[in-house]
Amino acid sequence: MIEVLNCGLAALILGLAVWIVVAREAPAAVVGFIVYGLLLTLVWLQLQGIDVALTEAAIGGGLTGVLMISAAVRLRSTESIARAQRPGASTRWLAAALSAAVTGTLAICVLALPEPAPTLAPEVLANIAVTEVGNPITAVLLAFRAMDTLLEAIVLLFALIGVWSLAPDRAWGGRPGLLQQADANGMLAYVARVLPPIGIVAGIYIFWIGADYPGGKFQGATLLAAMWLLVMMAGLVDAPPISRRWLRLLLVAGPLAFIAVGVLGAVTAGAFLSYPQGYAKTLILVIEFALMPTLTLVLGLMLLGAPLRGEAS
Amino acid sequence: MTAATLFGLCAAVLIGVGLFGLIVNPHPLRKILAFNVVGSGVFVLFGAIAHRGAGAGMGGDPVPQALLITGIVVAFSATALAVALLLRLFDESGSVTLSSDAPAEAGNDTGAH
Repeated sequence: MIEVLNCGLAALILGLAVWIVVAREAPAAVVGFIVYGLLLTLVWLQLQGIDVALTEAAIGGGLTGVLMISAAVRLRSTESIARAQRPGASTRWLAAALSAAVTGTLAICVLALPEPAPTLAPEVLANIAVTEVGNPITAVLLAFRAMDTLLEAIVLLFALIGVWSLAPDRAWGGRPGLLQQADANGMLAYVARVLPPIGIVAGIYIFWIGADYPGGKFQGATLLAAMWLLVMMAGLVDAPPISRRWLRLLLVAGPLAFIAVGVLGAVTAGAFLSYPQGYAKTLILVIEFALMPTLTLVLGLMLLGAPLRGEAS
Repeated sequence: MTAATLFGLCAAVLIGVGLFGLIVNPHPLRKILAFNVVGSGVFVLFGAIAHRGAGAGMGGDPVPQALLITGIVVAFSATALAVALLLRLFDESGSVTLSSDAPAEAGNDTGAH
C-alpha cells in the first residue's frame, strides 16, 4: 500500500516540477513551486528525515515561496519580453539531450549504489553520549560538525549584507521593503493579531525541543520570522531601518557567540570548537540561544530585501 | 523497489527537468526557480542515500541529514540574494533581460550562464 502511495507522490512531484518549468506565467509557476515544496516534505518523511522535513516545509517551501511570489508579481511586466526571447528548437533539443544524459547518468548511479550502504550512524550513536543531547541531528550540527553550522550562520549574514548592499544610495540605512498599508480593521490585520501568539509559542517550542527531538533553531527561527513578517505585512509594525545599532548588534551576536565558544574550546579543550568535558550541552545551548534571534532577524530581513525607503517614511 | 531507490530515481529526473528549465527559460526569475528544482533534486538524492545508511536505531544516517539542513538554508540565502540582484536590475533598467543586444544569440548567451 505504502509503495503505491510513494509512487503516486513521486509522480505528483515530477508533474509539478515539469509545471514549474513550462508554466506560461511566472506566478503560476511559483504557486506550483510552493505545492512542490510541501510535497517534498512528505518525501522527507518517507525517507525518515523528520528534521529535514521540518526545514523543507519552513524554508524550502514557505520562505522561498513567499520570496518568489512577491518577486514574480513585481516582475510581471517583463514576462512578455522574455517569452519573445525563447531559444530556438535546436537549443531546446540540445538542452533536452543534455538533461536526459544527466538524469540517465544519475539514475545509473542510484541503481549501482554500494551494498551495504556506508553509514556513520553507528559512530554517531557511539559518541552521542558525550554531547548530552538526545537528537543525533543536533549532535552532528552543533558538536561533530559544528564548523559547518558556524560557517552557515556566517554565510547567512554575508548574504544579508549582499542583499542590503543592493540598496540605492538615497535609501541606504533606511527601511527595507515597501510600506504596507493594509486595512487596520481588515482580515489580515485580525490574523496578524491572533496568530503571532500561537506562532511564537510554537516556534520557541520547536527551538526548545530541538536538543532531544526533531526540531531546532532553524525551523523555530523560520516560524518566528514568519510571524514577524505577518505583523509587518498587516501594517501593524514597520520594518526597522537597517542603520539601527541594536539591529546590527543582534545580527552579529549569534556568530560572535559561536566563535567565542570555539575559541574557548581552543583554550580549554585543545581544539577550535571542541567542548570541555561535561560542559558540552551547556555550550550547545548557549550557541543555540545566541543564534536564535540572529537567525530570526536574518531570515525575516532577507525576505524584505534591500532598503528602498528613507528612515522617516 | 525501496523508498530510497524510488525517490533516488525521482531525484535524478528532477535534476534533469530543472536543468532543462534553467537552460531554455529566458526569464531570470524562472531560471532561479529552475535552479531551485535542481537543488531540491540534489537534496532528495542525498536524502535517499542518507536513508540507505539507516542503522543503529536511526531511520537514516544523521550526518548527511544534518548537512542537508545546512544545505537547504544556504540554498535559501543564495536564492534571496539572486532575487535581490534581479529586483535591483529591474529597478535600474526597467527590464531583466540577460541577453546582449543581438537577439539571435539570446539562446546561446543565456544557456552559457
